[in-house]
Amino acid sequence: MTQATIRIPTPLRTFTNGASQLQVEASTVREALQAAGAEHEELLARILDDAGELRTFVNLFVGSKNISQLEGLDTPVAKDDVLSILPAVAGGIR
Amino acid sequence: MTTQTALALTAEAREHLTALAESAYPNEACGALIGRRNEAGSSIHEVASAENLNRERAHDRYELNPVDLLKSEERAASTGAEVLGIWHTHPDHPAIPSETDRLAAWEGWSYIIVSVLEGRCDSIRSWRLVEDAFIEEMIQS
Repeated sequence: MTQATIRIPTPLRTFTNGASQLQVEASTVREALQAAGAEHEELLARILDDAGELRTFVNLFVGSKNISQLEGLDTPVAKDDVLSILPAVAGGIR
Repeated sequence: MTTQTALALTAEAREHLTALAESAYPNEACGALIGRRNEAGSSIHEVASAENLNRERAHDRYELNPVDLLKSEERAASTGAEVLGIWHTHPDHPAIPSETDRLAAWEGWSYIIVSVLEGRCDSIRSWRLVEDAFIEEMIQS
């Protein structure tokens, strides 16, 4: 286990008492999210679905890499890694 | 839809937003709104551009490249600012959110929509999602 930082986007800070980042101990992205969810249960519900998989409208990055291009939630977390939760953004006229 | 909140937009940010919106016409453009929150509400001082990944329907849809959003988040954090919302354009269409916009929106962000008519910026309006419905917020410059 190593210490990592999770960056929280503005729309989800409602579920972290306003905190813009959280410090967690974890070996993988999944463990990092679960550690955050242990203190902020509603946050976790907005990131992972009932099956424990990443929700469609959420992107997760480790450093500058999207975990969808790595090992998904099983992506290893190294010391001082920064995990960024990013809302998926889309829309349009129609 | 009623006006209940306010969003401050600096003149420089408005000018940049207008230029980005017009240069992308007839396609939709998008990006992040960077600013700070204070007791009076949100104040946007930077409008960041992002790639629209929806190339097949770029004339009426957008999908913001998350890498660009990450860069905006990092730049904002490095200056003590925040990404406080998203902007996108409606080419030849009013600056009113569509059902597509509503379904993909997040509470807690401002959504600026720029109407671009025949290549020229016609109106800029801002919206916030509250309990699954958009309400308009007044833009102060």
